[in-house]
Amino acid sequence: MEMKTNTKSKPNAVTNPCNLCTPLGACLVFKGIKGALPLLHGSQGCATYIRRYLISHYNEPIDIASSNFTERTTIFGGKKNLISALENICTQYTPELIGVATTCLSETIGDDVPQYLREFKSEQKSACLPHIVSVSTPSYNGAYMEGFQATIKSLVVYFAASRPRTRRVVLFPNLVSPADIRYLKELLADFGMNFVILPDYAETFDGGPWDGYQKIPQGGTRIADLSELGGFASAIELGHSLVGQESAGAYLEREFAVKRHISGLPIGIKATDKFISILETVSGKKMPEEIRKERGRLLDAYADAHKYLFEKKAIVFGEADMVAAMAGFLLEIGVIPVLCATGSRSGILKAELEKLSCESGRSFEIREGVDFGEIEEISGKLKPDFMLGNSKGYSLARRQGIPLVRVGFPIHDRIGGQRVLHLGYRGTQQLFDRIVNTIIENTQEQSSIGYTYM
Amino acid sequence: MKKVNLPDAAKIKDELLKTYPTKVGRKRSKHITVVGEKKEDNSIQANVRTVPGIITQRGCCYAGCRGVVLGPTRDILQIIHGPVGCAYYSWLTRRNQTRPESPDAPNYMPYCFTTDMQEEQIVFGGEKKLKQAIQEAYDLFHPKAIGIFATCPVGLIGDDVHQVSREMSRELGINIFGFSCEGYKGVSQSAGHHIANNQLFKHVVGRDDEPIAGKYKFNLLGEYNIGGDAFVLEEMFAECGFTLVSTFSGNSSYDDFCKSHNADLNLVMCHRSINYMAEMMQTKFGIPWLKINFIGAQETANSMRKLANYFGDQQLIETVDKYIAREMQAVEKARAEVRPRLEGKLALLFVGGSRAHHYQELFKEIGMKVVGAGYEFAHRDDYEGRKVLDGLEVDADSRNIEELKVANDSTRYKPRLSADQKKKLTQQGIKLNHYEGMIPTMEKNTLSIDDISQYEQEKLLELYKPALFCAGIKEKYGVQKNGIPCKQLHSYDYGGPYAGFQGAINFYREIDRMINTRIWKLIDAPWKEEEQIRANFATS
Repeated sequence: MEMKTNTKSKPNAVTNPCNLCTPLGACLVFKGIKGALPLLHGSQGCATYIRRYLISHYNEPIDIASSNFTERTTIFGGKKNLISALENICTQYTPELIGVATTCLSETIGDDVPQYLREFKSEQKSACLPHIVSVSTPSYNGAYMEGFQATIKSLVVYFAASRPRTRRVVLFPNLVSPADIRYLKELLADFGMNFVILPDYAETFDGGPWDGYQKIPQGGTRIADLSELGGFASAIELGHSLVGQESAGAYLEREFAVKRHISGLPIGIKATDKFISILETVSGKKMPEEIRKERGRLLDAYADAHKYLFEKKAIVFGEADMVAAMAGFLLEIGVIPVLCATGSRSGILKAELEKLSCESGRSFEIREGVDFGEIEEISGKLKPDFMLGNSKGYSLARRQGIPLVRVGFPIHDRIGGQRVLHLGYRGTQQLFDRIVNTIIENTQEQSSIGYTYM
Repeated sequence: MKKVNLPDAAKIKDELLKTYPTKVGRKRSKHITVVGEKKEDNSIQANVRTVPGIITQRGCCYAGCRGVVLGPTRDILQIIHGPVGCAYYSWLTRRNQTRPESPDAPNYMPYCFTTDMQEEQIVFGGEKKLKQAIQEAYDLFHPKAIGIFATCPVGLIGDDVHQVSREMSRELGINIFGFSCEGYKGVSQSAGHHIANNQLFKHVVGRDDEPIAGKYKFNLLGEYNIGGDAFVLEEMFAECGFTLVSTFSGNSSYDDFCKSHNADLNLVMCHRSINYMAEMMQTKFGIPWLKINFIGAQETANSMRKLANYFGDQQLIETVDKYIAREMQAVEKARAEVRPRLEGKLALLFVGGSRAHHYQELFKEIGMKVVGAGYEFAHRDDYEGRKVLDGLEVDADSRNIEELKVANDSTRYKPRLSADQKKKLTQQGIKLNHYEGMIPTMEKNTLSIDDISQYEQEKLLELYKPALFCAGIKEKYGVQKNGIPCKQLHSYDYGGPYAGFQGAINFYREIDRMINTRIWKLIDAPWKEEEQIRANFATS
C-alpha cells in the first residue's frame, strides 16, 4: 500500500507523530540525579510505557514508580495513592530524592500535588525523609522537551539557596547522549573548571555490569552540589530554545546573580567555537592545545571530504535544539538542510533557522509542530540525499530509498544510541565521518561497477 | 540426565518475603505459591491491584486493548483519542507482523493516528477534534472500519467516543466503533483485553454470513503474530488441509473477523486475553473452543492431533500424523544437537498471561528446568485452571469492566457436535471449553509467582543463579547486569518465529546461543576474582 499523508489543511488527525509526551522528559532528568527515583502520578501504564520506551534506547534497567491510579482514584483524587507510593518507595528503595511528575490523568482531575506533598512531609515523623521534588507535566501541554526543561527548573528552584560565592560552574547540557555528557565533563576538566552537570545520566543510562543488586543505579548529579548552586559563579545552558525563557539558568541569574551563558548545542566548527569561547570566558583559560588539535583535524576532514558533500540535500528532523544545531553544521559543510522539521510547537526552531538562512543565503523549509505524514508529503518534492534524525524516520527513509543517519533520541533500531557522540569538535568529527561514509556507501552500492576507491 | 539438586522452594519463598514490612509481606505471600505434591490443590492470588510505589511490569488497560488485541489487525484504521504519548508508545512497538492480501491492500499498522489533544480540548472537550480527525482519516484512506481508543483524560472530560463513533458511522457509511479503554480501568492490561473482546464481538463478529468454502473450518484465538508465529501456523494448517477462517488477531483482517462466526471450532492460544471471545461465540453461535498450545514441538503435535480428532475424519488424522512425523525428524535433530549443552540448566519465566505456561514446554524439550514461573496480568484461572472460575471473587476493579449479556442467536446458533461426537472426544481425553492452567503442569518444588516485583526478581536471581531468565525489555537489562542472559518473550528479542515445529527449532538454537556465548564468562569473572582476593586478605 502506498504511503498516504495528511495535508496541512487537515490539521486534526496527527499521522505518525514526531513528538513524545511531557512526563518522559521529566523522567530523563530525574534519572540523572544521584540516588533519585522518578514517580509518575497517574495510571501505571504511563510508567510502564515510558520505561519501555527509554529502555529501548538506552539498553539499561530504568525504574520508574507509579501511583497506580484506579477508577476510584480518578473520582476521589490521587492523594491516598500518592502517599502510599511515597511510603513504599521510601522503605523499599531508600532514595535520596523522589521526583514526582504528574500525568494527563492527575492533571485532568485537578490533583494538587504540591499541597499533597506538603501534607505528606508534615505528617511524616521520620528523620530520613528523602527530598521530594514535583513538576507539572501533563502531556496535553507541551511535549517531552518542555517536560525536560521544566524538571530541571523545578530541581534548581527546590535546591538553590543563598551561598557564599565560589568559582564553580553549572552546565545544563540539554537532552544529549550519555557519551556527550562524558565528553563535556572531559572538556570542562580540560579547562580546569570545578563544575556540576544537570542532569548527569552518563552513568545511570550507560553503566557497566553490577557487583550486586543496585536498587538505584550509581552515578548522577549529587544533591550536595545542587544545594550549592546559589553560590556558583556561572551557569552555562545549551540550546537555543532557552534564549529568553524563564529557564533554570535565568532563575539562578535573577535570584542569585549566577552569570548565565547560553550557547546552541555545540555541533560544527562555528557552534563549538562559540561554546569554547564561553568556556574560555568562564574559566579564564585559553583553549588547551589538545582541543585546538582536535579542531584542526576536523577542519582537515572538512577539506578532505568536501567533494562528497557539496550541494547534497538533507532532511533534518527531531527535537528542536538538535535540529537547529544540525542545520547549522550541515550548512557549514556544504549540505543544504532542505527541510528542518520538529514536532515541537515552541516556535524557537523557526526563529533560529531563519537567522541561519539569512547568514548562509540559502532558503529551506522549516516546519514546526509536524508529524511524519507532513514530512513525507513535503519530502517527495525536495529529493533529499539523506535524512538526519532518530529511528522514527526509518520508515520514511526506506520508502524514499535514501539513507538515515541516526542521531538524537530515540534510537531503537541500532545498537549504541546512548553512545552516539554529537557534541564538540570530537562529536562533530564522528558525525561528519558517518555522514560522509553514508553518502559514499550509498553511491558505491548504487554504482554498476563497484569501485573500491571512492 | 544430569542430576540437579534444587534448593527447597519453600525456603526460597521465605527468603523472598523476609525483608518486606509485615503487611506487604502478608499480601505478597498469597501471590507466591510453592508447587506441591498435589498440584491441583495449589492456589494463588492474582489479578489484584499492584501496590502504588512497587515497581511493577504491568501495563494499562489501553495497552491491553489497543496494543495487544487490536494492534495486530491491519485494516481497521485505529485513531487514538488523547494526548500524544499513548499513541506514540503503542506505535508498532510489539512488532506484530502482517501480510496484506495484495500490495495494494490496506495496511494501517505502520501508521499511528492520534488526535494529539491539547489543553484546549481538555478544557472545552475533544469530540469536535475527534470527529474531524475521523473525517480526515476517512478522506485519506477510505477504510472499511475505524476504531477509536480512549486514553485517560477522555472519559474524565466527558468525551463520548461511542456517540461520536455512531454519528460518524452514520455520516460516512462505514463501521466505526469506540473502545472505552482509559488507562486507569481494571488492574492491568487484562481489563483492556476484555474491552477489546467485547467491542469486536459487538461491532464486528457476525457481520458477514456468506458461507465459507473449504473443509475443517476453525478460528485461532489469542495468537498475535509476534516474530511471524502466525505465518508458521498458517502454513501448517494449510498443508494439513484445514481452513483457518480468522485469527484474533495476528495477521488478521476486518473481513475475516466479520465472518469468523461461520467457523466450526475456536482454538485458544492465549486464554487470558481472548477467552471472553471464545465464550461469547460459544453462547451466541454454538462454536465450541479448544485450548491448544503451539509453543513446543510436542505440544504442537498434541494440539494438531486434538484438532484433527475434533473433526474426526480418518484421512485428516492420518495426514496430520504424517505431517507430524515428517516435521519431528528435523526437530529431533536440532534437539539432539543442543540438549547436551543445556541439560539440567535452570530457567525462570515471568511473562504475560499465557507465555509463562506455554514456553515451559520448550524448555522441557531441551532438558532445562523451569524452577519459577509467573504471569504479569493473568487471573487465577490461568494459574489454576477454569475449575476455580465459579469461586472467583470479583473485586471492584474488575466489576467495572462490562460483561456482555450474550444469548443464543435465534437464526444463527448451531450446535457443532452431536452427542456421539462429544462422547467420543471425551473418551479421547479431549476437553472442550476447558483450560487446566499453568500450575498443574509444573513440577513440584518449583515456584509460581504472580505480578513479580523488581526486588523479588533480583532475589530469585541471587538464590537460584539460573542460566536464563525470560521476561520483557523492562527486566532484560537489569538481569543482564548480573551476567545472566535474559530472553524477551514479549517481542522475542526481535527474533522468532518460535511457534510450531520450525519455531521450536529456532528457539532451541537461540537458547543455546544465548546461554553458551562466551560473553557471560567475561562479565562474571572480574568481580568474582576480586571478591576472592578481598576475602583472602581479610582472613590472613
